[in-house]
Formats: sequence, C-alpha cells, structure tokens
Amino acid sequence: MAAVACPLIGSTTLDYRRAFAGASPDHEILFYVRLPRVALALVAGGTLATTGVLFQAILREPLAEPYTLGISSGSSLGAVLAICFGWQSALGLPATWLCAFAGAVVTLALVLLIALERRRMSSFTLLLAGVSINSIAMASILFLHNVATFSQSFAITRWLMGGVDAVPLRVIAGLAAVTLPVCAAIFARSRDWNLLAVGEEWAVVRGLRASRMLVAGYIAGSIMTGSVTAFTGPIGFIGLIVPHALRIAVGADHRILIPCSFLLGAAFLAVCDTLARTVLAPTEIPVGVLTALLGGPFFIWLLKSGRRSLWL
Amino acid sequence: MSYSLQHVGMRYGDREVLRDITTHFDAAQLTAIAGPNGAGKSTLIGILAGVRDGFAGVCAYAGRDIRKWPRRALARRVALVPQSLRLDFPFTAEQVVMMGRSPYSKGLFEAPGDYEAVERAMRITDVIEFRHRDFRSLSGGERQRVVLASALAQSPEFLLLDEPATYLDLKHQVAVYRLLRDMRTSGVGVVTVTHDLNTALTYADRVVLLYGGGIAADGAPAGVLTPVNLERIFGVHAIVQATHGRAWIAYEA
Repeated sequence: MAAVACPLIGSTTLDYRRAFAGASPDHEILFYVRLPRVALALVAGGTLATTGVLFQAILREPLAEPYTLGISSGSSLGAVLAICFGWQSALGLPATWLCAFAGAVVTLALVLLIALERRRMSSFTLLLAGVSINSIAMASILFLHNVATFSQSFAITRWLMGGVDAVPLRVIAGLAAVTLPVCAAIFARSRDWNLLAVGEEWAVVRGLRASRMLVAGYIAGSIMTGSVTAFTGPIGFIGLIVPHALRIAVGADHRILIPCSFLLGAAFLAVCDTLARTVLAPTEIPVGVLTALLGGPFFIWLLKSGRRSLWL
Repeated sequence: MSYSLQHVGMRYGDREVLRDITTHFDAAQLTAIAGPNGAGKSTLIGILAGVRDGFAGVCAYAGRDIRKWPRRALARRVALVPQSLRLDFPFTAEQVVMMGRSPYSKGLFEAPGDYEAVERAMRITDVIEFRHRDFRSLSGGERQRVVLASALAQSPEFLLLDEPATYLDLKHQVAVYRLLRDMRTSGVGVVTVTHDLNTALTYADRVVLLYGGGIAADGAPAGVLTPVNLERIFGVHAIVQATHGRAWIAYEA
C-alpha cells in the first residue's frame, strides 16, 4: 500500500519542480504561489478522499461521496450568496470562504434536524435528508445564478467549477489543523466503520452504537468537507474514485483503506492541479473540470474491466 | 444465564405482530421457534438480540432488562445469526468472521486470542478454505456458514439464529444442527427460528409454536408437533411417524 501511495507523492514534488524550473522568470513569486497550491491540494485531496471512504461506509453505498449529503451544495449556496450580495470580506478573510463555510454548517444542522428521530438515526434517513437538502440548495443556486448580473454570473460559475487557489500558507496550516486531526480520529475508528459498512444490525449486534457512530461520522465528514470546500469550491470525483480504486487494490478493511485513501487523494489532487495549470498554459483548467474529466472515463473502464472482480 | 420475557408485545403501525408473550429461554437448551409466515418469529428473535426496540413488556437477559444492557457487554454474551447478509464491499470471508471479535477488542488491532477464535470458528463451520475469498463471491450456503462462523467467533453464551439452514445443502444442514446441538451440550443456550419441522423434531429440546402473535404451543417436540397442531396452525394435514425410534412428519401431498 505504501508502495502505491509514496511514488505518487514523490511525483507530485517532481511535477512541482518541473513546472517551477520550466515556467516563469520570477522564481520567488512562483515559489510562494506554487508551494501553497500544492500544499492546499494535498490537504484538500487527502481530506476529500478520506471523507469519501467514510460516507461510503456509513451509508453502505459504494457510490456515495463527500457531496452526497448536501454539504457541497449548501456551502456553494453560501458562496453564491456572498457573490450575489457583493460581500467582499470580513475578519480579514474573503467573504466567499466565510459564507461557504457558514453554508456548510447550516446544511449540517438542517440535515441533522431532519434525519434525527428521538436521538436515533439510520443510514436511510440520513441519505434521504441529505439528498433533499442537496436538491433545495441546488435549486436555490440555479435560481440565483439566473437572476445574477453578468459579472456575478461569471464569478459564480468559476466558483462552482472548483479550484485550488494560492491561499496563504498560514491559512492552509489552519485548515490542516482542523481536518488532519479529524482524519486521524476517523482512522482510529476504522474497525467501527468496517462493522457499519456491513450492516447496521450487524454492527449493533457486535457491540457498536450504530446510531451514534452515524451521527458522529456525518458531523466529522461534514466538518472536513465544509472546511475544504470553503477554500476550493466543490471538487468532485476524488471522494468517489479514490476509495473505489483502492478497494480493488487493498481490500475493504478501513484500517488500510483510510490511510491509503488519504495519501492517494492528496497526491491525485496535487497532480490534477499541476496538470490543470500546465497543460493549457497560460490558461488554467479549473481543477473540478479535470477531476470530472478523469473520473468519468475511469468509471467506465472500471465497469468494463470489473466484470471479473464482482463489483456490484 | 437465561432470557425472561414478560408480556412482550410488538406492533408495526397498526398491525400487531406479537401479543402478550410471556416465556423464558434457558442455557443449555436448544429451542426451535416455528410458526406460519408473519407469526412474529423474526421479530421475537430481534427483540431477544436487542436489535428491535419499541416493544411493550419486558425482555430480560440474565436478570437485566435488555434495553439496559450496554451494547458491548451484551455482544459478548449473545450472538445473532441473521437469515441473510448483503455486502456491498469486498470484505474477505475471514474479515467477516473476524468482525465477530469486535466486542472483545478495542482499538485498531486484534488481540492474539482473536485469531485463534476465528480459526476455530472457521474450521467448525467448514469455511476455512474460503478465508481469503471475497465474501460476495461465495454461494448462498457458503455465505451462511461464514456468517455462522462470525457468530461463533463471538464466543456467545446464547446463540440466536433466524432460519440458519435456508440455503444449505443437506450435508451442511445436518452439520449446522449437529453443531447447534453440540453447543447446547456445552452449555450455550440456542434459540433458532426454523421452517423445517423435521429438524425441529430431531434436534430441538423444546419447540415453541407461534401463531397469530401468541404462543400456541410450547414444550417437547413430540408433544407440540402433533397432527392436530399442524392442522390447526399450518393448515396442513400431516401424520407423525416413528421409524427406528426417530419421529418424522409426513405431509399430505
């Protein structure tokens, strides 16, 4: 497993150096732009992949991903509102970040409110609540997009495509300080996710307080997704592809799957971001577009070749 | 260590599935629960296992209300073998069996005793040769034996089964019931839902017939599975014969 993940991290640094060497004359500036981007990509990619694994386990749904439960659209709605109302910044941070995060928090609260019944929750109700909020948020975004001015519309579209921007390193450090411990905590509960991934009744009968773990997992996953999405916008497919590909290679045990997913997700996003800014230089392809472009064909390939490895 | 049920009732919506069940299940006894479809058998097993809530009355295990039992502590004593299991992820058979050890070890790693318990359970249920295979690639019967192994790995005092022999071929049906009987002899309490009345006749110490949400008959197999009861409860005309000292039920075709 380390053999799969490490070379990929290695190549990220290599890519970075290649781009660094081959690109522009002002190395100082590039250093302060490229490095933060790679750092953010690593943190964001790793977090998204881990959340993907987590949500797939707690929903018992191989096609689940960090955005299944509405966090992405809720947080996007926050950002879109910020753009539409022309808010620039508060507390020294861009308004879009703050509003996106606030959107994620509100979504989290709403879904929990809907899905919790007498302090219990099942995967099914969680999924339904998440999907409904998702749908409402998406509708609101489309509406706002429709009535926005031209420049607002452009900003909205750009945000929705997702991108790894040059964020100050200390902010990334702050993000990492939030998401990495949560990822570690998720990893610590790997055996519990194993149980939940098989079945709720199965888990309960083996001593797990399934409802509690579901809620905890959802909150943790939402914190991670919300935090990342606040900075990068919605970047799809990482949370979906990475766990799938790894399960085929290393199996379904979360004690192996989670660390590997984190590493592979981090490397994958860093590579994608590097490609996104170098392939069509000097234009940049939004990272979200690239991950989707890579993700689609990957799934088709998986479907076609996966007949032997009983996948569904 | 035994179960005591007092006036247990359960409704789903306005459908009453169990009505005023008062009975007990003891250790070192193999009880078969039988009855027509919809009689409440699976619900009863669910209540005993602590996975069904919202029932009226009291279900107590070892003197403590099942609702007050801490989950892990209960899991170390009572194991449930469900009728079927659907997996969406590529766990191996061994990993599925190993999950039966979760009530015993916290943290990320298995304890040394876990591997032995798993190995033993897999040998007893004759699934050791599948250990590294994807659970989903096994046949229905093989899966059922793996699930049984997972329950055995839990080292339970009480084993609850919901139709354990559904997909099993004859050889393994006999093997499972022999295993249940051995466990009973070694002190484990076994309660199994079964549709197969002949195995109930052969292996069970006690048969409980559920009908219309209540207990219609309860006692030694020969006394419960009589032609009269079979006609009354299942609506089937049958005769009970004995050959070489073994009783069996012949249904009218």
